[in-house]
Amino acid sequence: MDTVTHEGSLASHAAVSSGMKQPYHLVDPSPWPIVGALGGGLLLAGVVLAAHYDNYLMVAAGGVLVALTMTMWWRDVLRESSTPGLHSPVVRLGLRYGMTLFIASEVMFFVGFFWAFFHFFLYPEHVLGTSTPSWPPAGIHTFDAFRIPLLNTMILLLSGCTVTWAHHSLIEGDRRGLLMGLGVSVLLGLTFSTLQAVEYSSAPFHFAGGGIYPSVFFLATGFHGFHVIVGTTFLGICWLRAKAGGFTPTQHFGLEAAAWYWHFVDVVWLFLFMFVYVIGAGVPAVE
Amino acid sequence: MSATTHDHIHDHGHGHSPTFAQRWLFSTNHKDIGTLYLIFAVCAGLVGGLLSIIMRAQLQHPGNTIVTSGQEWNTIVTAHGLIMIFFTVMPALIGGFGNWFIPLMIGAPDMAFPRLNNISFWLLVPAFALIITGLLLGESGSGWTLYPPLSNSTYESGPGMDFTLFALHLAGVSSLLGALNFITTIFNMRTPGMTLHKMPLFIWAMLVTAFLLLLSLPVLAGAITMLIFDRNFGTSFFDPQGGGDPVLWQHLFWFFGHPEVYIMILPGFGIISHVVSTFSRKPVFGYLGMAYAMVAIGVVGFVVWAHHMFVSGMSVDTRAYFMAATMIIAVPTGIKIFSWIATMWGGSIEMKTPMLFAIGFIFLFTVGGVTGVVLSNAGLDQILHNTYYVVAHFHYVLSLGAVFSIFAGWYYWIGKMSGHQYPEFWGKVHFWVTFIGVNITFFPMHFLGAAGMPRRYPDYPDAFAGWNYVASVGSYVGALSVLIFLYVVFRTFTSKVAVADNYWGEGATTLEWTVSSPPPFHTFEELPRFR
Repeated sequence: MDTVTHEGSLASHAAVSSGMKQPYHLVDPSPWPIVGALGGGLLLAGVVLAAHYDNYLMVAAGGVLVALTMTMWWRDVLRESSTPGLHSPVVRLGLRYGMTLFIASEVMFFVGFFWAFFHFFLYPEHVLGTSTPSWPPAGIHTFDAFRIPLLNTMILLLSGCTVTWAHHSLIEGDRRGLLMGLGVSVLLGLTFSTLQAVEYSSAPFHFAGGGIYPSVFFLATGFHGFHVIVGTTFLGICWLRAKAGGFTPTQHFGLEAAAWYWHFVDVVWLFLFMFVYVIGAGVPAVE
Repeated sequence: MSATTHDHIHDHGHGHSPTFAQRWLFSTNHKDIGTLYLIFAVCAGLVGGLLSIIMRAQLQHPGNTIVTSGQEWNTIVTAHGLIMIFFTVMPALIGGFGNWFIPLMIGAPDMAFPRLNNISFWLLVPAFALIITGLLLGESGSGWTLYPPLSNSTYESGPGMDFTLFALHLAGVSSLLGALNFITTIFNMRTPGMTLHKMPLFIWAMLVTAFLLLLSLPVLAGAITMLIFDRNFGTSFFDPQGGGDPVLWQHLFWFFGHPEVYIMILPGFGIISHVVSTFSRKPVFGYLGMAYAMVAIGVVGFVVWAHHMFVSGMSVDTRAYFMAATMIIAVPTGIKIFSWIATMWGGSIEMKTPMLFAIGFIFLFTVGGVTGVVLSNAGLDQILHNTYYVVAHFHYVLSLGAVFSIFAGWYYWIGKMSGHQYPEFWGKVHFWVTFIGVNITFFPMHFLGAAGMPRRYPDYPDAFAGWNYVASVGSYVGALSVLIFLYVVFRTFTSKVAVADNYWGEGATTLEWTVSSPPPFHTFEELPRFR
């Protein structure tokens, strides 16, 4: 029998040191993970208390702790990133893996909401309680996709360009272009959120008790909107860091992560626009 | 775990010896966090085990009134399932052994994101508090699958169900961050020379597990979010009164839930490979086949979810597909079983406690796997769905499979982790009492299920009394085995017998056997050479 397998080759040679010092970042002990975990627990338990007993104390306390944790934790990360020797090239590669995987998990979160949409859109007979299955369900008027939604699509696509403008300005050492590009991206993100709020306020259907269409529509687009706000904040922080000179043409992973996240938010919107707004549209609301 | 070499703390560290809070509350050390996970898993396992003893006591005779209502019963069933899955098996296998041995086996000094590692652990504590709240309120009687309408505001109107759902949100975030950390560590921090095809099989197992977690948990998070909105904020995803569809929940839940069962067993596969190889003094038979069998199980595991829904009214074509796809999984699983047997074939087998648990695993997991193939038949499942046959099946693969792999790992590595020798005699007693107890408990459930006894009821017709009595007696033997395990833990940690770096000898070939037992606070400050 062939005994020289891959695992077998480990024996007796492994103890020998390669003489190479480990290049990774061994992080100092930190109070923020346990504070953040406590805050997360209070936040979610607080939502239950708020929903059932109108008691908002715990949810507020949890929110404060979570916000504190995020601020202090990321402050520590930024300090470490500017400490020579901690964020070595291999550590920066690890951060890239981490952000990529995080975005992959975010994609799967949206898969859940798109699954709900397609469950009813592709198989209207899944909409229970109606004699004539259709999507949107009978009686639902939808938005005209080619008014505010199309405008918002253009805004997000443009903001994807301006983020790239900022990134390339940084690589070229053009500080003014970096700040301009990031600033315009943040403004476009805010414009998107504002227009979305305007559209929500004029929705021809109601969220609570409105049935399956508003449920799918508002949670899918609402969670996207939440991610837009997170991405806008991320880009805003990058603008502040750029203003303070925190990025160099060779080391600026924070900016790249923000850009990746922003493109992810953009792509989710394209799918929402294509399927929920355009193909899934019914009779537009009368204006 | 007392012999920590504090002076090994790296230059830019906090100083010379971390305080108690720095070491155990603010930890960024993979070994300490792994230890916290293991202690947590044992504590949660005792709670979940106590619930199962309450259930077997109730079912010992027909007409018992230990559990006072069906609602109370269902709440206990729910908590038992969720605690065992999310707070016992996953923290032990993934958080505990994963944290301890991924960095050690790949020659890395720690995990990729040490702070994230710590929040992954600590999120479990409030999550556990929330699930216990749901249990004590008696308001989460939906079963671990949380199917609406059982879990909606009509049938569970109280806050207890919401606490349970939010507990899963927290546990989900914990596992998700852990998965992201493991994948990054495995891809980015292997010591020079350790290519993917030279990684130990436990690392392959954890890599596949982490990908399953990363891609399936967010879908559960989305589903739970929809359910919470249905319950509290007026949406109707799963409520037919608003046009929603309860079957949507089943799809979303099982798209997570089926990968989840592989999440619980794949780390065990990894451990068993190492134990079998070590105690047969032979390399694992068919290393690449073993690695890619786990990859195949992981991939195919994503496209078989609706075999849990054969009686939900799906078309016959859909059922045919999910039946066929499910049966395919028996192929890579069979590759693993036969490769373990081939590893033992012709080896110098040494029947130490870890090997006993490994062989027990192979036998019991095979039994559970075979009943799984039975259940995958859409036709047979019409009869067996929601009977004790299903309960017997998943306890054979999980409580006899996954849990045996946890014990195999514990006995295999406790000397490495603690520096103390476990008592061999009592380890073997623990194995035999466990093996006998769980088989007496769960084997009769096949008969009860085939005879038509349904799950999730606190009572049954007199005709089922005999085998229920046997199962209950078996569960008391199982409880005794837990006490023996606690005695083994006590004896291990008070043992004066120290263990060597590689106390298993030439059969143990992976990198963790090249460092001292227990390892220093920081290992591999200079990367090991690997060829």
